[in-house]
Amino acid sequence: MRHLLALCLLLVPVAAAGTSEEVVLGLSQNRVAITANFDGSEILIFGAVKRETPPPADQPLDVIVTIEGPSLPVTVRRKEKRYGIWVNTDALEIDSAPAFYAVATSGPFNEIISDSDDLRHHVSIPRSIRLVGAPSHITDVDAFAKAVIRIRSNNGLYQFLEDAVRIDQQTLFRTSIALPSNLTEGDYKTRVFLLRNRTVIANYETVINVRKVGLERFLFNLSREQPVIYGLLSLAIAILAGWGASAAFRIFRQA
Amino acid sequence: MQIYLPIAEVSVNAFLLLGLGGIVGILSGMFGVGGGFLMTPLLFFIGIPPAVAVATEANQIVASSFSGVLAHLKRKTVDLKMGTVLLIGGLVGAAFGVLLFNYLKSLGQVDLLVKLCYVVFLGVVGGLMFIESFNAIRRARNTQATPVPKRRQRNWVHALPFKMRFRTSGLYISVIPPLLIGLSVGILAAIMGVGGGFIMVPAMIYLLGMPTKVVVGTSLFQIIFVTAFTTMLHATTNYTVDMALAVLLLIGGVIGAQIGTRIGVHMKAEQLRVLLAAMVLAVCAKLALDLLLQPAELYSLGAAGGH
Repeated sequence: MRHLLALCLLLVPVAAAGTSEEVVLGLSQNRVAITANFDGSEILIFGAVKRETPPPADQPLDVIVTIEGPSLPVTVRRKEKRYGIWVNTDALEIDSAPAFYAVATSGPFNEIISDSDDLRHHVSIPRSIRLVGAPSHITDVDAFAKAVIRIRSNNGLYQFLEDAVRIDQQTLFRTSIALPSNLTEGDYKTRVFLLRNRTVIANYETVINVRKVGLERFLFNLSREQPVIYGLLSLAIAILAGWGASAAFRIFRQA
Repeated sequence: MQIYLPIAEVSVNAFLLLGLGGIVGILSGMFGVGGGFLMTPLLFFIGIPPAVAVATEANQIVASSFSGVLAHLKRKTVDLKMGTVLLIGGLVGAAFGVLLFNYLKSLGQVDLLVKLCYVVFLGVVGGLMFIESFNAIRRARNTQATPVPKRRQRNWVHALPFKMRFRTSGLYISVIPPLLIGLSVGILAAIMGVGGGFIMVPAMIYLLGMPTKVVVGTSLFQIIFVTAFTTMLHATTNYTVDMALAVLLLIGGVIGAQIGTRIGVHMKAEQLRVLLAAMVLAVCAKLALDLLLQPAELYSLGAAGGH
């Protein structure tokens, strides 16, 4: 009996692979330009499932879409009351946490993907944060990782969108994810997972490019590459504006 | 209209920034303070990262003070000699302040330092000014018939060596106190993103005994150069000066400063000081409450390694 069960478990992915379903993906845009009046952006992700054989009738198709911004180490600090005031005390460095992460699913997350597949593909928000070592005096490491998720969720940077993917006829799927205005530049990895029986049967990966353009790009580059010139330019503009407004006022009062 | 700030990497309403700049600019012109002590906390409040707020505010103060100082130069209410002595101290202080700022940023304690500095300085300065000018107003009301002849007190300041004559202020005093005042103001400029007028103005009046008339113009003169230097230091070590943010704040700020300078001319010095003191105390109380009450979010995120 035990052997049979093991065999069945082994057979499931093989059977799933046997149906050979593939993702054909479309994006409303594959670049996001951060301009001076950038106010967030809505990305429409749509696609179809390409298959040679008819879909298995007993296992419904589920889809999970994720968009992941560039991952960077983050220092999380916790306040404690010391001498009557609230002071940062414990600090923990999270080795890597994405600057943006959105997960959209076609159903309740835990019902459509198994824990082991979530772990393997780093799908859910907590699984996208990597934490290697923590100093020994911090015993509640989890609280720090949770704080990252909580703070970034409140800022719209982490989004957990259950039931946000619509599937039509077991073939077409679409969802839209709102990118907030406080985006970080970088390559946003976009992944689509097809699932049957809580197992990933196919996935597809592409990249959305988020870049500053025009004046934003110019100012940002100048500030990093020529900080002295950038600083002097800032001052020159400041002084000119100060003098200009003063002169304008003088003319205005004389008139 | 939303605008995306290239260095702060956040999107904010352009009119909100213009408005903030304008209001703080009016105060700057009225009191001869850079207005940074109000603007920097306001920028934190609308979601600008603290490091960017402090550095950009220094840049913005250059602009708002520039139009102010032009107005004062025209009225000949700037003591250039005193301003230069204050400036020398200020440049040294700013350099030291940026070093301290960057060190504490790496420790994650820079917010606490900034807020504690605000609470202590604003509390002491605001309290002293409030009591002093309140008494002055009462005296002026009660004893109008027999005005007490105002005699400059001779205190410890006058016992120090290296004396110098400051004609515009009508003073003959040691250069050590103005140098030290300049130094501490420079440190504050770098750490708190303030011009430092709120500490320099009272120090010039009460410690150096300068006439109120030249205090505002002279402090603006020093502030321009110290904040310009601070801007350069932050721009080259932290890359945190946001030009777009600065331009928006200063457009509002320079216009406000012009209006404020004109309002200031028509008001009595005591009234000005009571108003300033009340405002200083209000900001102080708000910041003190932030430190004393349990914050809604105990955790905060920062870039790793403090860079």
